[in-house]
Amino acid sequence: MKKKNRLQLDDNGKLKHFLTIEGLNRQLLIDILDTAESFTSVTEQTVKKVPLLRGKTIVNLFFEASTRTRTTFELAAKRLSADVLNINIQASATAKGETLLDTLRNLEAMHCDMFVVRHADSGAAHFIAQHAAPHISVINAGDGQHAHPTQAMLDMFTIRREKGEFHKLNVAIVGDIRHSRVARSQIHALSMLGVEDIRIIAPKTLLPTEPDAFGVHVYHDLREGLRDVDVVIMLRLQKERMRGASLPSEHEYFQLFGLTEEKLELAKADVTVMHPGPINRGVEIDSAVADGSRSVILQQVTHGIAVRMAVMSMAIQSHLPETTGGVR
Amino acid sequence: MNAKELDIDLALSNVAQTVSTTLEARNIQSPIMIGIHTGGVWIAQQLHRRLGLDEPLGTLDISFYRDDFTRVGINPQVRPSALPLSVDDRHIILVDDVLYTGRTIRAAMNELFDYGRPASIMLAVLVERDGRELPIQADAVGQHVALAEGEQIKLQGPEPLTLSITRV
Repeated sequence: MKKKNRLQLDDNGKLKHFLTIEGLNRQLLIDILDTAESFTSVTEQTVKKVPLLRGKTIVNLFFEASTRTRTTFELAAKRLSADVLNINIQASATAKGETLLDTLRNLEAMHCDMFVVRHADSGAAHFIAQHAAPHISVINAGDGQHAHPTQAMLDMFTIRREKGEFHKLNVAIVGDIRHSRVARSQIHALSMLGVEDIRIIAPKTLLPTEPDAFGVHVYHDLREGLRDVDVVIMLRLQKERMRGASLPSEHEYFQLFGLTEEKLELAKADVTVMHPGPINRGVEIDSAVADGSRSVILQQVTHGIAVRMAVMSMAIQSHLPETTGGVR
Repeated sequence: MNAKELDIDLALSNVAQTVSTTLEARNIQSPIMIGIHTGGVWIAQQLHRRLGLDEPLGTLDISFYRDDFTRVGINPQVRPSALPLSVDDRHIILVDDVLYTGRTIRAAMNELFDYGRPASIMLAVLVERDGRELPIQADAVGQHVALAEGEQIKLQGPEPLTLSITRV
């Protein structure tokens, strides 16, 4: 925890790398949300760009396939006027350590300023942050089953937009918690921001091995867990991460844990439905709910851009020499 | 540290008067007034009321357009810019509290052009002081102030609005 903290923050407590929510603090999370809020007006401009990161080079280093996350990171960087390089690398599992460091050295030689990293192995972004040159910031865009902090922050941003305050909320996260880096980051962020009642709802086989360690309430029955919640976050059933038979069938999963209009009636009347995407219609969520009036799934995508702009500009800022005040 | 308070009401009437005559001379109808955060917005609110403009007031936060980001970084308290109407082909009155180096105005114009192509931009400031670093001048000025070394001018508000020169 402390080590992560030292790696992520500079000597002045400013964000240098954004690898995980753990080890950060409430004020920093609020600063990210506030900064993101101020970037939302950029989308309303005819020229959807601000000159903040002009002359900076940001590398999207994707060792694992992603569409939404990569494109919103790319768009965020471009709206900040940075130059963006997209590199998709199918990692060879055996030579991974060496490949990673070699790739790093090559990109450093090209004078890049920031790496946005997506990798199938937990800890990959930390590894890169530890070994990257001091002027480089690393943003974790998802590592294995460990963390996906910008996704968690865009979800927090969406919740704050919908509900205003955090502390009185009941938030339920439903589905494949065990394999989900998104859920892990969301739980850390929700609890850091003061949400009192965080529920995880899943069959036993999809729960983390030690759910109690997260300080959450565990439910095995969707109907029971949805009672009076303000926010329900559905997770994608990660078929590609499933090993063996954790589940009977998709159909049966939908019967028990799929979110339908009828089950949603148990939640508060103004419940907000979220999903990090991509959604499996008819598996974890019914189309009527996903496209319904309580769903903010597409707003989440929009908010992802502003939140990523905030994180990128804050992380690059920590490399600036110390001065104070500005000239009017 | 001592402070000398200036007559803000007089300065506001001066700007309002000059803006009004300039609009008339240039034959401009229904201009859009835009205040620059934070002090400029306070002044713009006053002017907007005094001049009885029909179009809603716009606000700009130029933080993301500053030329010194690489030196000072960003502040999470930045407010989103809010332009209620399209600025395309419209006459704009840009309002700030103090015109000093001119860099804020340059940044504001850069941002404005990212929202569209205005027909014209007029600059109204409550106070103009020396120290320009760019070829920028105001069309309407409430008060010219010459500051001695070590003196600063500061607007405080929004309620009540006060303008004072302090010696540090």
